[in-house]
Amino acid sequence: MTVETKLALSATEVNSFSESNNEPAWFASLRAAAIAKAAELPMPTPDKTNITKWNFTEFPQHTVESAPFNSLEDLSAEVKEIIDIEGQENLYIQRNNTPAFLKISEDLKAQGVIFTDILTAVREHGELVQKYFMTDAVKVDEHKLTAYHAALVNGGVFVYVPQNVVVEKPLQVVFLNDNPDASLFNHVLVVADRNSDVTYVETYVSTVEEAKGQANLIEEVIVLDNAKVTFGAVDVLAKGFTTYVNRRGSIKRDGKIDWALGLMNDSDTISENITHLIGDGSLANTKTVVVGRGEQKQNFTTEVRHWGKNSEGYILKHGVMKDAAQTIFNGIGKIEHGATKSNAQQESRVLMLSEQARGDANPMLLIDEDDVMAGHAASVGRVDPLQLYYLMSRGISKAEAERLVIHGFLAPVVQNLPIESVKNQLTKVIEGKVR
Amino acid sequence: MSTLVIKDLHVSIEDKEILKGLNLTINTNEVHAIMGPNGTGKSTLASAIMGHPKYEVTQGTIEIDGENVLEMEVDERAKAGLFLAMQYPSEISGVTNADFIRSAINARREEGDEISLMKFIRELDKTMDFLEMDQDMAQRYLNEGFSGGEKKRNEILQLMMIKPKFAILDEIDSGLDIDALKVVAKGINEMRGEGFGCIAITHYQRLLNYITPDHVHVMMQGRVVKSGGPELAQRLEAEGYDWIKKELGIEDTDAVTEEA
Repeated sequence: MTVETKLALSATEVNSFSESNNEPAWFASLRAAAIAKAAELPMPTPDKTNITKWNFTEFPQHTVESAPFNSLEDLSAEVKEIIDIEGQENLYIQRNNTPAFLKISEDLKAQGVIFTDILTAVREHGELVQKYFMTDAVKVDEHKLTAYHAALVNGGVFVYVPQNVVVEKPLQVVFLNDNPDASLFNHVLVVADRNSDVTYVETYVSTVEEAKGQANLIEEVIVLDNAKVTFGAVDVLAKGFTTYVNRRGSIKRDGKIDWALGLMNDSDTISENITHLIGDGSLANTKTVVVGRGEQKQNFTTEVRHWGKNSEGYILKHGVMKDAAQTIFNGIGKIEHGATKSNAQQESRVLMLSEQARGDANPMLLIDEDDVMAGHAASVGRVDPLQLYYLMSRGISKAEAERLVIHGFLAPVVQNLPIESVKNQLTKVIEGKVR
Repeated sequence: MSTLVIKDLHVSIEDKEILKGLNLTINTNEVHAIMGPNGTGKSTLASAIMGHPKYEVTQGTIEIDGENVLEMEVDERAKAGLFLAMQYPSEISGVTNADFIRSAINARREEGDEISLMKFIRELDKTMDFLEMDQDMAQRYLNEGFSGGEKKRNEILQLMMIKPKFAILDEIDSGLDIDALKVVAKGINEMRGEGFGCIAITHYQRLLNYITPDHVHVMMQGRVVKSGGPELAQRLEAEGYDWIKKELGIEDTDAVTEEA
């Protein structure tokens, strides 16, 4: 049975939003088809978390107007910290739903690299965007939230790296949320063409105490033959959002993605990170760290699906749970028939800091091929008293010893973030959360 | 000079009494060896002094210069000058050896008076060279993936960096090859002198060939049953423990299993 959900925007409103952006016909009709589907399609069903009572559709306003930043000096201290103001050559800042700042080096422009907000890209690079926008990694009609997203996209980024181009300096994106009425339907599309190499690092940061809107984020990373993408993300969205974040990779022959995801939202969150290893010899390295606190409910699914032969997928997830936070960690290594000599490995560990917190690690290996390697490890436990004893026996206080153990536990992602200022920010966020 | 005084110490683990009235006094500038057969409570003594969470002191006192050690948390004991080189050091992922040692040093200093990074690195490099450790051990995660010998050297590295008043070495020689043993002994001998006292717990005389003790104590059935000079260790090596049992009329009872 399909339950009709009341959607916050009508088809007419979606269409007029599209018109106000001067969007090309193909994108307007994609939105129109999507809003129709959103009404009918069922909700996604994240394993072991019941979301039937979550509100993923209503919000105060679809788009809010925010002032752009003329200079980085106008940024608040919180945002400045994330950015190396002098050194960062390639930077995009989105303020709520407004493209607020963009800088890209002349060198990259000359090499044909595209780095711009998604709605500009739809207008100016229509052919490229149309080819990859929800056609390969994520499909519009997967479920209600993908369709809703496609209909309501109001922000995001497009990155295209042409064949053989190696982008030496990272591309940095900051999604700033400083209006409590804002909803984020951000679409990030990163396309690394053959033999290219790029590092992309994004930060979602809320400076509002409590948000009222939706965060429905879909991010697609398309890695063509022999290309490499390093993708770092730190999510720090405020309490009050209902967050659906879908980060999906599609990797062709000999391509590679390194994911480093620091998922630090204070909102209830459904996070899905699936990488399809399509091509032979493709590789995904997925590292995720999470801190849950308060009454937060979260579900994190990390999946690597092997289609190509000799493909390799590594999943590492570490979560710290405190207060009465509830979190499900689903880790899935799936090897399809024909993906011979593939290797699927995963490790999920949850550290519980309070009696009321709940954390479940569910490792799954789904294997349809004989000639493969696969393994998993999972644990849920408390801070080891013998570790604390050892650290304290050197004069370190109990609080500091716990801090060291927790930071160490979350280090796999912190150490892998390719921008120093973002790394420091994540450390600080962790510090604030686990205190 | 500092003094560590242990009087009538009774210690239980999970309601089983292991130490049954142990007495021991050591001063800085002294090295004491504690020997004895397996299961007589040697490691329990080390753990009880440091405050291991599983060991319960049911009777007796431990004092350092008159201060009651048993009332102190583990970190306070360390700051009072105690150091335990553990038999099985914990592995702590994500925390580099260098960061850990620096935190330990700074824990002893006032806020605002932390050791400068340059000075710390200089000292760490020098000490690692002295202990013939690879420089990359500083940036590796604490004890993670270290071999048995590397862990023991790392304990001595911490000892030399932290410079406690009293070090307790809990079977520092177990599982070490002769070269590693010599390096570990070199570290201890470097520390010897005014302001440093040491309790070396061992099964084997071998360690004492490299670290000459001032005093040797024999533990049996949860007590110190005999004390003497270095010659006592040599006699034990040559003749074993039976002559002591005979001399003191000790009957073999169920040996308690020693916990790590």
